[in-house]
Amino acid sequence: MANLIEIKGVTHAYKTPNGPLPVLDGLEIAVPEGEFAAVVGPSGCGKSTLTRLIAGLMKPDRGEVWLHGRLVKSPRKTVGMAFQNPVMLEWRTILQNVILPLEIVAPSMPRKDRIARAEELLALVGLGGFEDKRPSELSGGMRQRASLCRAIVHKPDVLIMDEPFGALDAFTREDLWQTMHELRAKEPFTAVLITHDLRESVYLGDQVFVLSGRPATTQYVLDVTYPGDGMRRLEGLYTPEAAAMLATLREQIQIAQGRHPGPAVH
Amino acid sequence: MDLLRKIGVPVAAILIFLGFWEFLVWVNGWPNYVMASPSDLPDAYIRFWNLFLTGSWQTLWRTVAGLGIAVVAGTLVGMVMGFSRIARDGLYPLLVGFNAVPKATLVPVLALLFIGQHNFNTVLMAFLISFFPIAVSVGIGLSTLEPEYRDILRSLGASRFTIFRKIALPKTLPEFFGALKVSVTLAFIGTNLVEIISPHGKGLGALFLSGQTNSNYPLMFAVLIALAVLGILLYYAVVALERIFAGWAERPQG
Repeated sequence: MANLIEIKGVTHAYKTPNGPLPVLDGLEIAVPEGEFAAVVGPSGCGKSTLTRLIAGLMKPDRGEVWLHGRLVKSPRKTVGMAFQNPVMLEWRTILQNVILPLEIVAPSMPRKDRIARAEELLALVGLGGFEDKRPSELSGGMRQRASLCRAIVHKPDVLIMDEPFGALDAFTREDLWQTMHELRAKEPFTAVLITHDLRESVYLGDQVFVLSGRPATTQYVLDVTYPGDGMRRLEGLYTPEAAAMLATLREQIQIAQGRHPGPAVH
Repeated sequence: MDLLRKIGVPVAAILIFLGFWEFLVWVNGWPNYVMASPSDLPDAYIRFWNLFLTGSWQTLWRTVAGLGIAVVAGTLVGMVMGFSRIARDGLYPLLVGFNAVPKATLVPVLALLFIGQHNFNTVLMAFLISFFPIAVSVGIGLSTLEPEYRDILRSLGASRFTIFRKIALPKTLPEFFGALKVSVTLAFIGTNLVEIISPHGKGLGALFLSGQTNSNYPLMFAVLIALAVLGILLYYAVVALERIFAGWAERPQG
């Protein structure tokens, strides 16, 4: 099986004072090794729950999450995470922030090698020269770049991102999309990106999974065929092919929100 | 220039305060036994300098000892409350109630309980009075840690202790020092409370009391000023520690 991530029939409900709140209902997602999966869906449909399940931070009520052919029961060292909040540790420099996962995953790695590895990644995302700055001295976009470096510094097989670009302005976001492609070209990883931005999902994703409203199930899967060869470019978003994909996704989201004459969700 | 402003401005403020005090006493024609004036104080310090030195030392070490115990115990209780909801729900009302009891009422209780153990009593009071802010701030600091902070390390399989050491502890330091600034003054008050209410002839509080019994009013005021100076010293010692350990939380101004 070439799928690195496999989510099979995952059903989950949160306990609340008003009884169980089902968030996922028979979710199916498969991501082949090296591919980039984007997940979109209405607000509050359990997308963040999905990230925590893949990371092994929680267990589903029913169903299975497989990573690399192994059932996920608890957190593993081969996962990297990035959130909408860049979660920088303010008391560490940017370099020390990026090194953090290595301190956990590779405690025996020599200090010199850790620094070299972090410096290499920071240079790759355009943060060369900022190694010794404090996070508070950097802009939001720069902090998010550093956060991405930290998420992949230990060469995880899976990079899980929960709306990492959601709080950034439009231009910074597009810059970071480009950075994401450059990182993937040099540092192959399998990625799951939770996003609210359909253009982002089409620009970054190889597949786009549309989740239905809560409780979420896989409603639609779009195989992205991006116009042009090689490295994706922003101009591609303004082609008829991209427009068609976006129209399909928008329609699916409307169905998921129950605002369309399609199959009712509620 | 910068240094001049940092030192010159507070010194000028103190001088203005002393001048105003002197003026107030002079204008009202208050005699010594109503209100001593700053110009009466040097005489008191010169006459009793050895008592001031030993008294200050006794007050100082017992305050610092009580505060030290409060830091250790407060951090531990704060950790328990920060990590366990049940402990938080259970301990919170107890702590608040305990804090609400006026500590002056505890002095006779302690004096009876540990009769004759003056140093112990005093340190215990300094601890009791200063422990609450530390426990609460550490507890709140830990329980309000954003889940993402925990998740970046938990997803790598880090243990709870590692997460505490690498993230929760340093992230709580600014709150901790904020509480410590309150606690250091409280501990100081606690020490003096015992020294004054439960006389055993030690510390600046005892010196104050002897000034009262002998109707030496300038001595009483001299003790008050000495207490203020000691309090300022202790406070700035905490500020210095904060600079060293949590200086990162201070944003450059401008």
